[in-house]
Amino acid sequence: MTVEVVNVVRRFGATAALEGVSLSLRPGEFAALLGPSGSGKTTLLRILAGLDFPDGGEVRIAGADVAAVPARERGVGVVFQNYALFRHMSVAENVAFGLRVRARAHRPPEAEIQRRVRELLELVQIPELAGRYPEQISGGQRQRVALARALAIEPQLLLLDEPFGALDALVRKEVRRWVRGLHERLGITSILVTHDQEEAMEMADRLAVMEAGRIVQFDTPRALLEAPATAFVAGFLGEATRLLVRIQGRVARASEFGLEDIAVELPDGEALLFLRPHEVRIEPAHAAQGVVRFVRPEGAGGARVLAEIGGRMIEGISTTEPARGDACRIRLLSGTVFHSEGGQFRWQRQEAWATR
Amino acid sequence: MSASAATRRHVLPGFGVSLGVTLAWLGLIVLVPLAALAIRPWELGVAGVIRTLAEPRVLAALRLSFGAALLATAIAAPLGLLMAWVITRYHFPGRRVLDALVDLPFALPTAVAGLALTALFAPNGWLGVPLAAIGVQVAYTPVGVVVALVFVALPFLVRTVEPVLRDLSPEAEEAAATLGATRPQTIRRVVLPTLWPALLTGFGLGFARAVGEYGSVIFIAGNVPMVSEIAPLLIVTKLEQFDYPAASAIGLAMLLMALLILFGLNLWQRALRRGRA
Amino acid sequence: MSGAAIADPRSLRWLAIATAVVLTVAILLLPLAAVFAEALRRGWEPALEAILDEDSLAAVRLTLLVAAIAVPVNTIGGIAGAWAITKFDFPGRRLLITLIELPFSVSPVISGLVYVLLFGAQGFLGPWLREHDIQIIFALPGLVLATVFVTFPFVARTLIPLMQEQGRDEEEAAATLGAGGWDIFRRVTLPNVKWALLSGVLLCNARAMGEFGAVAVVSGHIRGQTNTMPLHVEILYNEYMFVGAFAVASLLALLGLVTLGAKALLEALARRRMGDAA
Repeated sequence: MTVEVVNVVRRFGATAALEGVSLSLRPGEFAALLGPSGSGKTTLLRILAGLDFPDGGEVRIAGADVAAVPARERGVGVVFQNYALFRHMSVAENVAFGLRVRARAHRPPEAEIQRRVRELLELVQIPELAGRYPEQISGGQRQRVALARALAIEPQLLLLDEPFGALDALVRKEVRRWVRGLHERLGITSILVTHDQEEAMEMADRLAVMEAGRIVQFDTPRALLEAPATAFVAGFLGEATRLLVRIQGRVARASEFGLEDIAVELPDGEALLFLRPHEVRIEPAHAAQGVVRFVRPEGAGGARVLAEIGGRMIEGISTTEPARGDACRIRLLSGTVFHSEGGQFRWQRQEAWATR
Repeated sequence: MSASAATRRHVLPGFGVSLGVTLAWLGLIVLVPLAALAIRPWELGVAGVIRTLAEPRVLAALRLSFGAALLATAIAAPLGLLMAWVITRYHFPGRRVLDALVDLPFALPTAVAGLALTALFAPNGWLGVPLAAIGVQVAYTPVGVVVALVFVALPFLVRTVEPVLRDLSPEAEEAAATLGATRPQTIRRVVLPTLWPALLTGFGLGFARAVGEYGSVIFIAGNVPMVSEIAPLLIVTKLEQFDYPAASAIGLAMLLMALLILFGLNLWQRALRRGRA
Repeated sequence: MSGAAIADPRSLRWLAIATAVVLTVAILLLPLAAVFAEALRRGWEPALEAILDEDSLAAVRLTLLVAAIAVPVNTIGGIAGAWAITKFDFPGRRLLITLIELPFSVSPVISGLVYVLLFGAQGFLGPWLREHDIQIIFALPGLVLATVFVTFPFVARTLIPLMQEQGRDEEEAAATLGAGGWDIFRRVTLPNVKWALLSGVLLCNARAMGEFGAVAVVSGHIRGQTNTMPLHVEILYNEYMFVGAFAVASLLALLGLVTLGAKALLEALARRRMGDAA
């Protein structure tokens, strides 16, 4: 089922929650809306669910304009943030709800409803909980009930609003792999809203990164990491050291921090230099350029190192394991420079020995 | 925004029906009749209204109604706080019964309460006899009015303070203790400040109920003009004389004064909450 | 349970409990006992006789009738108001809540007065009503209107805070699953608020049956016709028929006690339901 959002605008009073958002999903795709709180991702999800309505723009599901179709007629499955299970109904009654409220002409007979509920509970692997009430089961189990309930109406589109937020860290990892696996089996076009980049990166085919009511980039996880469209995306995804540098005569003056200058194809002005840990090599040295402050050992004798240089902390990788307080040298392998007035440059050290 | 767009803004169905029913219910039962009260007195002209309200008997009745209500609520406040404290903090046999009895004034018809208090405090009543022995007369005096109003206002204070007291986490008090505060210091500096807004709310509710109270008061008050005659009774008297404008003038004055006091309490409470935030 | 660090001294605790108990007995329990004692002063028979008197029975019937009309009106209005206020965003919600609660700040006497001003002989609509031979004041419609006014906020007031706290998540979930308005209300909202609703209806009913000031103003005290139970109590009392007055008052007091008991039971049920869950 395709989903198309074109130029959608939503205002709450004077503030705009969505400022012209466009998004296009392929059938069967698993997409994630990722952004800090207040970036508009939940508003967009609610508009797709029919729980909110845009002030402008179009929303098309399977080619049909649904902007004015209320939630009850959309057939979009929603897993709510806190699951919103009906607390006075048993698990089975929760799952059956969407079938029981159908108009009599479309309502399956009771035996058929029972059968479908059993099937769905088996699908989400909790058939033994049918008679329990929401308060009597764990967070992870509630999550499965919410999913089964949403799937009961055979949705063409499944929306998941921070569905793992209420789970503890261990359960969360397991449940999200299971949900992704379920998606592989059912093939329902799905959209996940989350502020957790690790979760989005792991689960989604493509991610829409949102900032202040706009989608700043919609791409695969790898593309987002390797070619972030803006400094915001670069900063939001993955770890990075961020340095504010001046550009003068096609050179980014990283030497102000005791690093080497970087040649860039950008005009004069201010810029942000992003350095991912794997782009920075920390090496032992006698002439102290920097000092090792924190060390986290990693496999194969190497370590993740936080070094202080020119009053800044820079995170990088060392092939050996230095000790705290050791003198060190910092060598940059690559980095991304974002000019404050737009424009970016991907810098890469040319020497062959740099990538050893 | 077009009308259709405005209506589809609502996600859940039933907005038009429910708001329509609500407004009809509110308008027909409350707003239109109150409008009649706001209009009627002015038949007398502004000077006439002032003359009506300035009558010594009217002034005395208003003074008694408001004075006794304020005094009674002020007495009920510490009593209510104590009751709420005992109900939420201590465990003792009969706590449940005590808890349930607090609601008695809510559930007991006012005329019954009035009759009961009169029987109790009458010179030959269970409490009237011992009180008379020490020279205190309650029934048929302004004191009786205050006693009846304390009865009426008490549950409002208990029931508004109680949930706040229940939700108050013992950790804050424990923290105060670890910081070296004595128990009275903890109560004065940690517990009471969080209770103030609720106490004010309860005070407002209790006062609003007490100031207009009729049934529980008229039996015990004796209703001596200028001494123990409350304003609501004077309204009834004026109505029985078919003096609608005077009755409505007193009624309007009562209502406006009560709302003004409630509004003042509300402002005070808001200032307290803001100060805390 | 609170720890030892913040436990009050034993002596203080017992002093507080003793004060509360004495207070409760003196100003809450004793009056109640006095009513029954006065009613039974000359034994069961005169008391029963007074209750079974024709005028008394007429008053009981009228009281039941008035409550049977007023309580459903305020229940429907209260549910509609709570639904509109808690399930939708619209300007003026706070004002609407204030207006719904307004009758609690109005003296019962004034609640009756406003209808006299509208429908009384010299009221705004008085002449028109007389022409068409419609009696509102000193008749059943007046009693009902005054009672509805006085008990107006009860149901809405118990529902609004609870429904606000419960939010709209479950209703929205029901909507995404295809439920219509009636289904959402009946299957999702109502089961979640039924105990509170019942308790609001109970309190509304107790006040409706016991209301005195408002109905005193609109009733005209016509025996056997416009006399509700509380008004009948007053008449008997003013005629120095104390046993009768207190006997009918006992009946009303019993109604209050039953209401209290039922309310406590409802709260226990609601608590146990939650306790089950935990």
